[in-house]
Amino acid sequence: MTELAAVLDRILIKTLGGVLDGYLYPFILKGMVVTVELALASLAIAIVLGMIGAVAKLSNSRIAKAVAGTYTTLIRGVPGIVLMFIIFFGGQLLVNNIGDLLGWDYIEISEFIAGSATLGFIFGAYMTESFRGGILAVPRGEIEAGYTFGMTAAQVFFRITLPQMVRHALPSFGNNWLVLTKETALVSVIGLQDMVFNASQAGGTTRQPFTFFFVVAVLYLIITAVSKVGLRWADRRYSVGVRRA
Amino acid sequence: MDFSIISDNIGLYLNGLVITVELVVTALVLGLMIAVPLALMRTSRNPFIWGPVWLFIYVFRGTPLLVQLYVIYYGFGQFAAVRESFLWPYLKEAYVCALIAFALNTAAYTAEILRGAIEATFHGEVEAAKACGMSRSMMLRRIILPSAFRRALPAYSNEVIFMLHGSAIASVITILDITGVARLINSRFYSPYEAFIAAALFYMALTFLIVWGFKLWEKRWHAHLHPRQQ
Repeated sequence: MTELAAVLDRILIKTLGGVLDGYLYPFILKGMVVTVELALASLAIAIVLGMIGAVAKLSNSRIAKAVAGTYTTLIRGVPGIVLMFIIFFGGQLLVNNIGDLLGWDYIEISEFIAGSATLGFIFGAYMTESFRGGILAVPRGEIEAGYTFGMTAAQVFFRITLPQMVRHALPSFGNNWLVLTKETALVSVIGLQDMVFNASQAGGTTRQPFTFFFVVAVLYLIITAVSKVGLRWADRRYSVGVRRA
Repeated sequence: MDFSIISDNIGLYLNGLVITVELVVTALVLGLMIAVPLALMRTSRNPFIWGPVWLFIYVFRGTPLLVQLYVIYYGFGQFAAVRESFLWPYLKEAYVCALIAFALNTAAYTAEILRGAIEATFHGEVEAAKACGMSRSMMLRRIILPSAFRRALPAYSNEVIFMLHGSAIASVITILDITGVARLINSRFYSPYEAFIAAALFYMALTFLIVWGFKLWEKRWHAHLHPRQQ
């Protein structure tokens, strides 16, 4: 595997190495990998939080409803970059304080963890709303039928609610994903070396900032275009058996 | 936590609030002025008219606002033609660059919202206007645009909130808006919680104000959709 990667690396350096003063590969494209990894890690966190939030909002517990309601209202009222600063700077302070109390060594929160935690936390709130809408769109009778057959609550959720809610939640899920990939650009501000960060470095060194930011803009458009193809495929896949007018 | 840092520096925060509101309102007004003609061009049948507008909207909605801001603030200086033009004294100001980036960004999103609203115009209304002998411009002024604005209102309120939240990145290019002030306070006192939570509260207050304002506006513009008050 490593040999294959080395060969690929050599080919890429030969073909792309000269482009943009040798900065496109590996510098900018490695940043693009970080951007995509960050977006996927944040998405995973957001899906988990969104699922918990949606179930909490639809539950009968008044406390769960209040907590989920506060979460979504707070997050949607504050800009992402401010939350990122709170979690990045504040989280470090918190870890330091806890570390002092427990006598740990200095632990540094990596930008990647701070970035994906923040983005996941923010988009968990948006996903809560998407998933809530999706769950509500599943016919109530089917869920009742599941219970009548003696399924447990977990069985009903995984066999009946989940497969059907995906179809209804997909459009707004897709929108959230597209916004999320663009929001990843903010992590460059806290020093994570994504493609925006690398482009500003390369632009500064070569004195060609326009060229590099333009390339980054095109790369974002490529990510968006690929995502749209994937989302269309998922939409078709989960709409099998649905009659369309 | 020591919130005396905030109360001692409340003047700075209020200055930041003024900058944020000024930036957002100006960008929204400029953006709306650009968006209306763009939306009309986008609904045209001539590919040479809707094509460039489609590209503009696609690029501005498909790339991060931060990258757009960087292209304008850092990028334009790369070209000698720009540096030597009469516009350079303005284009090297961070504030002007932020304003241009925000206005173009919100113009793209608003144009897309308006396009949807214009295309949803009931065809009977357009036919009736034509049957009355209205010219295209009169039909736009009296029939299509007023009802399109009504339909676009809920989506536009979201766009206004996004613009408010998006404006926070102006702090990255040295502008002392609410977030910029919070970063300044944080670097002076190393008190991230106080500094950024105070900023978050300001943004939240502004968000709720916008939501409330649009609710009133919708009540007025969508009065015909509500059941009659007894």
